Order: sequence, then structure tokens, then C-alpha cells
Amino acid sequence: MSKYIFAVYNDEDVLMQNIKPLRSHGVRIKEVYSPFPVHGMDHAIGHKRTRISICAFIYGIIGCCLALIMTNYMMITDWPMDIGGKPSFAFYKNLPAFVPVIFESTIFCAAHGMVITFYLRSKTLPGVTAFVPDTRVTDDKFIMQVECNDHAKRAELTSLLMKHGAEEVKDYGK
Amino acid sequence: MYEAPIREPLILGDKTNHEITEDICKPIEGKANKYWWWCFIASVAALLWWVLCVSITVGEGIGMWGINNIVDWGWDITNFVWWVGIGHAGTLISAVLLLFRQKWRLSINRSAEAMTIFAVICAATFLLTHIGRPWLPYWLLPLPNQFGSLWVNFNSPLVWDTFAVSTYFTVSLVFWYTGLIPDFAVVRDRAKTKAMKFWYGILSFGWTGSSKNWQRFEEVSLVLAGMSTPLVLSVHTIVSMDFATSILPGWHATIFPPYFVAGAIFSGFAMVQTLLIIVRKVLSLENYITTLHIDMMNRIILVTGSIVGIAYITEFFIAWYSGVEYESYCFINRATGYYWWAYASMMTCNVISPQLFWVKSLRTNVTFTFILSIVVNIGMWFERFVIIVSSLHRAYLPSEWGTYHPSWVEVGIFIGSLGLFFTCFLLFARFFPVIAMSELKTITKSSSTQAKRAALEHGHSHATHH
Repeated sequence: MSKYIFAVYNDEDVLMQNIKPLRSHGVRIKEVYSPFPVHGMDHAIGHKRTRISICAFIYGIIGCCLALIMTNYMMITDWPMDIGGKPSFAFYKNLPAFVPVIFESTIFCAAHGMVITFYLRSKTLPGVTAFVPDTRVTDDKFIMQVECNDHAKRAELTSLLMKHGAEEVKDYGK
Repeated sequence: MYEAPIREPLILGDKTNHEITEDICKPIEGKANKYWWWCFIASVAALLWWVLCVSITVGEGIGMWGINNIVDWGWDITNFVWWVGIGHAGTLISAVLLLFRQKWRLSINRSAEAMTIFAVICAATFLLTHIGRPWLPYWLLPLPNQFGSLWVNFNSPLVWDTFAVSTYFTVSLVFWYTGLIPDFAVVRDRAKTKAMKFWYGILSFGWTGSSKNWQRFEEVSLVLAGMSTPLVLSVHTIVSMDFATSILPGWHATIFPPYFVAGAIFSGFAMVQTLLIIVRKVLSLENYITTLHIDMMNRIILVTGSIVGIAYITEFFIAWYSGVEYESYCFINRATGYYWWAYASMMTCNVISPQLFWVKSLRTNVTFTFILSIVVNIGMWFERFVIIVSSLHRAYLPSEWGTYHPSWVEVGIFIGSLGLFFTCFLLFARFFPVIAMSELKTITKSSSTQAKRAALEHGHSHATHH
């Protein structure tokens, strides 16, 4: 017996319009599944803004610092190179030549850090079994996951969802 | 989202979301047709030739090539720059056009990004073979070693290149793969056979399509696009610095970075055209990759081709205007010397031919576009050949003058790299969704033929009411 029931919608706009009225009836919407990103859906069902771009910024700063430390250590401290009789024994003098490497390292760390964070936070990793309430959700259906703890109220909740644009109401699975 | 009804639709044939899924999954779920097999056999044959020529190079050393003490970069670096340049269009389409919210990118970004990945792999094979001892590629990285440690020289553009190309490759790869995840999930959920369910289940990383995941997905796409844009510009800028920071006449030019980037986008879009015109035909995707898409890409070819043309002329003018006799000689020699035919091919293919795209009927003609896209790629190959070989064969001292002819091994590696590229691309077209269907479905309500018709009818009824 599932804690949730799933309302299937044919149209993302119909689903979106009915979120507010359903909520005012006390319906608790856990999540909405859709075949493509629906603009404003995350906000409508009360998801907070993602902080993943802040993570990317922090990873970028880490990458930048690592590259600064690396170039300074290798080229200035550990083995200063005298190239064509033009030694650069001070970091700030040699810095312009290091900019490309520092830039690339910044992008490298920011991009890969962000993507890894995204995969971990969204639990999208190879071998993970997907939570798919209905296989049509990746094709053309939009599915609202609604809390239904009290089994006695299931019929009432179903008719309420049907009245608010749902095509069918079902349990988890195909 | 509102879109003016007079704007041409991006999806033809009244496609619903379900039909989009059907059309794009069909090539993966069905059997490959005989065109695919013929192309695949030819590509694998070329790939085997590549294996032979690379084995000879690795076994005997790069003395098997035609390069010599005078012209020490030949087809190897020409091919490297050509391939890495081709890669740039994929990132431009998926990242820059995303930042500019250009919806026409949606039908072409997936295959263009795949092209980027495979082109950069081809470019990397030239980097690996030209170092002569390809079993020591880690010498390019700043790793502790038993020589001191003797570190790599961070003042050298060749080291910048290592960082740029590897960052570019890996970031493009994760950008492409992240976009593929929702589409793999589509194939997974439709899978009829156990094998398909298993493999696409693994490839789709357990994607669910929840709005929280979509929210993160969109943010990640946007931020990756924001980072890929300066990244892609930096890559060809750094490639151009491999030449521009030297003192050789013909290479020592401040114009190189923008000129190389424009040339890269120019050649890359030409390659996208070549590939997509075949793909839309073989996989019957004419409703998604329309003449409008081809027209849009031709406009970019026209703009970047003109930038490249201006760069050639500017270079020539400055060589004379600077009063540096070495520089002047270098350019006169390019146009009239031993390699004049390469220069002539470059000027014809890159400067004159794209100007034909001012004519709309040519821009929207598929056959003409296909032929011209190949002409442009030949021209861009010659551009790199001219820059590298014609500058090297006449350096400052007449004692450093010589000529260069490629050996059959070098030519074989180039032809083989085309085999490597097309083998990868054909496998991609067979097993991966070639159009980003999850993203494309976001515009069925605004840019499809039925949406346009509805908007027009709505407009008319609105007018009659008043």
C-alpha cells in the first residue's frame, strides 16, 4: 500500500493551473514528474531555488587557488626557469603567462565539481533504479505525486483530482 | 511562451510530444538500414587503415613522415588544428546559442555536441602521435618525476594547450552526457527488450524527471553554457598562440586569436551541415532539421567566413604596411611561391565561396549547402596547411629553406582519422537519440506548425470580433 497516489495529466498548463486550487483544498503535492522542464513548475509546487550555481562558484575558486599555488610552487619556488636569459623569479611578474592555465583549471574544477554535485544530489548515478510512477512520464504525460496517508479518503481525493483536470489517478507502477 | 505567429515554425508536420518521441527513438529501436551499414563498413575500413599507419609511426618513429628539419610541422599539426576547430561549432551551438535563447539550437545541439567530442578525440590522436613517443603522454602534465622534479614550463603555449584541450574535451563530454540523461530515460521507459532496458537503464543514471531534478538540470545547463563559452574561445585562442608567440614570419601576428576562433566556428558549422544533411535524410528527420535550421547555420557560415576573409586581407595588408621585409616576403611567397596552389585553394574556398550565401535561394538549397560545406572544410584544411608549411619552409635564413611533401603514412593517418570520426558518429546515430527530444518538447506549444496555425486563427477570430 503506497503512501502516495499519482494523478496523470495530459497537458502541463492544465496541471499548473490546478496546483493552487488543489492546494487550497488541502491536497499535499509532493512532486511533479514531466517529460521536459516546465517553466515555473519548481516554484509552483514550493521547491526552493537550487544552490548548485553557488557550489560551482566555490569549486571555481578552489580550482583557481590550486592553479595559483601550483604555478607559484613549480615555476617560482621549486625550479625557477631562466628562459632566453629572461628569468622571472617573482610570481607577479610571471603571472600573465600563467593566466591561461589558471583560467582552464578554474573552469575544469567548477564544471566537474558542479556536475558531480548535481549527479549526487539528484541521485542520478549509473546503476540507480529510477523512480518512475508511470513509464509514459518520459514520453508525453505529466504526473502529480499526491500524499494519501489515509486510505479511507482515497476515493474522495481521487474524485477531487479528477475534477481538477487529471485524466486518471493511479498507484505507483505501470 | 509567446512567439510571433509570422516567425517560421521549428517543428514541421503537426508533431505532438508523443510523435516526437516516436520519430526520434525509431532509429535506435529499429534495425539499421543498408546505407548505415555501407557507411559503417567504409568508416571501419578507414579506421583500420589508421591503426596500420599509427602502428608504423609508433613502431618506426615519425621519420616515417615527410617532415624534416626545416618543415618540422606538417600534416600532423594541420590536422590537429583542423579537427579541434571543427569541434568548436558544437559548443557554440549548445552553449552560446543557449545563452542567447535561440530555440533553433534544440534540433541540432545533440549531434553538434557529439561532433565536438569526436572531433576533439581525432585532434588528440594527432597530439599523441606527433610527440613521437606516444607512450609518454604524461610528460605533458605537471607530475612529480625523477628528474628533479623538472616541471612542465607554464610559460609555454604548448603547455597551455594541454590544459585547454583536456579541459575542453572533458567539460564538453559532461555537458553532452548530462543533456543525454533524460533522453536515455525516454528510451529506457519505452524499451521492449531486456537488453535495451538494462543498457539504457544504466546509461540514464536512474533519471526520474521530477521537477526538482529538472530545476537542477536547467541550472547546470545554464552555468555549464556560461563556462563553456569563454572556454571554447580560450581553446582556439591558445591553439593560435602556439604559432603567434613564436617569431617566425607569418606566425608572429596579434590578429591570430580572433581570426582562429572565427575560422574554427566557420569550419565547424560547415561540418555540422555536412553531417546533419546526411542525418536528416538517412534517419528521416526533415520535420525537425528543417531548411530554416540549414538557413540559420548558413548565415553563421557567411558571417564567420567574412570575418576570416577580412583577416586574410588584413594580414596581407599589414605584412606590407609594417615595412618588415621578412613579413612581406612571407606573404608574397605564400601567394606566388612553391605552395601557391594551397594559398589559392584557401582563398577560393574560404573567401569567395561563402559569399554565395548572400543569395537566399542558395542558402535554403540543401544540395548546394552540402557541396559548399565540403568546400569550406577543404578550404579550412588548406588554411592551416598554408599557415604551417608555407611559413616554415622559408624562415629567416636561406640555409633554413626547404620543401615538404607528406608521406603515405601521414596521408593515411589523416584519412584514417576521418574513419575514426565517422565510425564514432555512426555508432552515435545508431544508439543515441540524435535530437535532444526532452528539450525539443519545450517548444511544441510555441514553435510547431499546429501552434503557429492556432495562433494565426486566434488572431483572425480576434480581428473579426472587433
